[in-house]
Amino acid sequence: MTAPLHEPTAEAAPSAAEEAAVAGADAKAVQGRSLGRIAWERLKRDKLALTGGIVVLVLIVIAVLAPAITSLYGQDPNSFNEDAIDPLFGTPTGSMGGISGEHWLGVEPVNGRDVFARIVHGARISLLVGFLSALVAVVIGTVLGVLAGFFGGWVDALISRVMDGLLAFPQLLFIIALVSVMPDDMLGLSGTGVRLLMMILVIGFFGWPYIGRVVRGQTLSMREREYVEAARSLGAGRFYILFKELLPNLVAPIIVYTTMMIPTNILTEAALSFLGVGVKPPTSSWGQMLSSAIDYYKSDPMYMVIPGVAIFITVLAFNLFGDGVRDALDPKGSR
Amino acid sequence: MTTQRTSGRRKQALAAAAVVAALLTTAACGGGGDDSNGGSKNGAAGFDAANNKVLQASEAKKGGTLKFASTQDADSWDTTRGYYGFMWNFSRYYSRQLVTNKTEPGSAGAEVTPDLATGLAKVSDDGKTYTYTLRDGVTWEDGKPITSKDVKYGIERVWAQDVLSGGPVYLKDVLDPKGEYQGPYKDKSKDKLGLKAIETPDDKTIVFKLPKANSDFEEMLALTSASPVRQDKDTKSKYGLRPFSSGPYKFESYNPGKDLTLVRNTEWKQESDPVRKAYPDKITIKFFSNANDLDARLLAGDYDIDLAQTGMSPQGRTTALKEHKGNLDNPVSGYIRYASFPQNVKPFDNIHCRKAVLYGADHVSLQTARGGPVAGGDIGTNMLPPSVPGSEGQKYDPYEMAGANKKGNVEKAKEELKACGKPNGFKTTIAVRNNKPVEVATAESLQASLKKVGIDVEIDQYDGAQYASTVGSPSNVQKKGYGIIIMGWGPDFPSVQGYGLPLWHSGYILDSANNNFAMIDDKKIDGLFADYLTQLDDAGKAKIATEINHKVMEGAYYLPFVFEKFINWRSSRLANVYTTDGYSGMYDFVNLGLKSSK
Repeated sequence: MTAPLHEPTAEAAPSAAEEAAVAGADAKAVQGRSLGRIAWERLKRDKLALTGGIVVLVLIVIAVLAPAITSLYGQDPNSFNEDAIDPLFGTPTGSMGGISGEHWLGVEPVNGRDVFARIVHGARISLLVGFLSALVAVVIGTVLGVLAGFFGGWVDALISRVMDGLLAFPQLLFIIALVSVMPDDMLGLSGTGVRLLMMILVIGFFGWPYIGRVVRGQTLSMREREYVEAARSLGAGRFYILFKELLPNLVAPIIVYTTMMIPTNILTEAALSFLGVGVKPPTSSWGQMLSSAIDYYKSDPMYMVIPGVAIFITVLAFNLFGDGVRDALDPKGSR
Repeated sequence: MTTQRTSGRRKQALAAAAVVAALLTTAACGGGGDDSNGGSKNGAAGFDAANNKVLQASEAKKGGTLKFASTQDADSWDTTRGYYGFMWNFSRYYSRQLVTNKTEPGSAGAEVTPDLATGLAKVSDDGKTYTYTLRDGVTWEDGKPITSKDVKYGIERVWAQDVLSGGPVYLKDVLDPKGEYQGPYKDKSKDKLGLKAIETPDDKTIVFKLPKANSDFEEMLALTSASPVRQDKDTKSKYGLRPFSSGPYKFESYNPGKDLTLVRNTEWKQESDPVRKAYPDKITIKFFSNANDLDARLLAGDYDIDLAQTGMSPQGRTTALKEHKGNLDNPVSGYIRYASFPQNVKPFDNIHCRKAVLYGADHVSLQTARGGPVAGGDIGTNMLPPSVPGSEGQKYDPYEMAGANKKGNVEKAKEELKACGKPNGFKTTIAVRNNKPVEVATAESLQASLKKVGIDVEIDQYDGAQYASTVGSPSNVQKKGYGIIIMGWGPDFPSVQGYGLPLWHSGYILDSANNNFAMIDDKKIDGLFADYLTQLDDAGKAKIATEINHKVMEGAYYLPFVFEKFINWRSSRLANVYTTDGYSGMYDFVNLGLKSSK
């Protein structure tokens, strides 16, 4: 999933050749391969990253098809099933949190909602927030990072100080405070919609300095490179240099940082839902499930284990995949 | 630990009187005896063994340290300011009143008995004059006698709401409905006893002169807020840190939110007190910040009893039910958990839309969300708690909530929707406190079942501590479109006045801290309450209470969820344990004893 690079560049070419030589590929093949293709071939050899990638793909499919999956499966995420609950203890009847052919991952204590259906629907929230907030961060981070690095001077000073400020800001506390002053209806959204939008914007907004710093650093070092000098001396305008010479070379680090940022954002969303400022009931989310499981960790441990494992698998898959992408795009980086 | 915090303010407080009887085993008084249900000889006495009956009275020994534990400190230990039910219960250790609740299990515990007074009131002048004579030998902790003037001064403190806020104000409303007296701190008279409605002809006699009769007046005098306070010991707003004792125990130390220790008041004489037994030498409270931690310590035997008495948390409850069932009791709390429908929010101005919700709701699911039949309570079918005279419990079920319609009746709900002019349903918002997972669960249940009849519900969680300005403000309710408000309510004293007046009387519709959420303005209900106040006969009072309840249910202003029940813990060390309707199904603290003085 890398953007095709416009032309082989001064920086990328030697590293590609070097890598090809190390790999022992024949020289002719090197000529015809783009950086994207080389990276893809490296990624294919990385079994762990590939597994991570497949899990991520499966998760995306589950999230997108969640309503279809639960209707095929025959359980609604928000319906109560009192008959699956022991009336004395309030915990699921049967062992392992009520796991059965009917309820694949058991039911919630007290009200008996199906855990599998809620996990599947919870995946939507996690991935939606994870991806969209990363997108917000990437867009803001790239634009401001490039501006800071390319123009330097007071522009750089201003943007850098803003980034320092944001990095020092306690974002979790900020969101908790924001929730209490947030209106219930805004921009035509209501309830859970407002909360989702807010989480996406706030997580994205506090995430951009991480990308911004990397992009600024890369831009700073690249704008002094020979090929940029060459373009400039040939009379290329600022925007030509920005879009044709610099941005294509920033694609690799941006992709790497995006894949690393998504799992962090998923964790942040889980933490917010855990603290009760995430989506509104009855919408399910993994963090909220974990939070309600605390009261039952002894009597119904499975209820805590299942959303925990879901978060764990998702974050691990994204991290493995992200690591693989980084190794593939930037072979000098970590080897 | 659910109820505490928010229920704290005003009536929401874990109210005093209440409960039970009708639905549970009748109040079988008399000596202990082990119940066969999980009991053992010297240890746990059995499930429900102290519920409405006295457990192991004969095994109580003098001496020892009785150890309370709690996640919640009192709102104030000042007798004038406390409103939490457990505070009223606990305050009997260090305060006495003219009359108090009987120290008997079950419904008998809600009756009043003489304490400082030699007998119940001599009522004259058509129920407008109450006269008491004080007992001989009643003393303060420094040995000085308790006089009728101390009692009057203690009651006068209720008028000083600007300094001593928080407590119940029934006495003020009844004795001085026009608010003419300014309270003892602004009193110009020399002895600060300027309140005209109370006369103290001598140190032993006190006479109450009511402008208008109130048939529950003696119940109000049994509240902790009618305790005597001595003028020279009154530290005003700081009094709650160290109340001056008139009871068998006095404060040794108190660190708010950490711990409290009471020791024997050596000036208190057993022969002057017909009510209190004063078994332990010392009484301690340790405050915890985590309910699970507290329950674990109770189970381990480090503490004897939970002070708050609002039931164990889910975690501890499950463990206790599985492993220590013999240490548990399952009393009815006197609370009703319910949803009410503000008539100032459309379409709930239309009775048919309200009925559509009553029929659409799945009552079994709501009960499950509250914790099921044992930890939650029986399905609520009307709005009068089982302990209040005149209640009929589940026998009065006009909407068949515990009968044919207990899983919801979609057809009937749709018929009502048609009659309301909303055949395709409507949208509304449920307001629910954010600090109560159980209430959020009930909101989710209601949301799921109403969806089936076409009523689309959004859940809005508000800060429970801000109740007075959120759901307690009718204009805010209207602005936010809260068509359904989830709440709970318990009686301050077991009568329809002590329970329903603020909920159902048009005079109690307030701009803030309103509790008449449904905005009930019904001349018939107001008239019935007026009749009630002048009705001095018990059977007549009960009949009016029944009528009021029927009128409220016929208006479909409320959807009751459960007649609430708790699971409470008593350690195996305790003797003479029983639950009392006088304190909402809590154990009666004042006469708890230990089996061994060690």
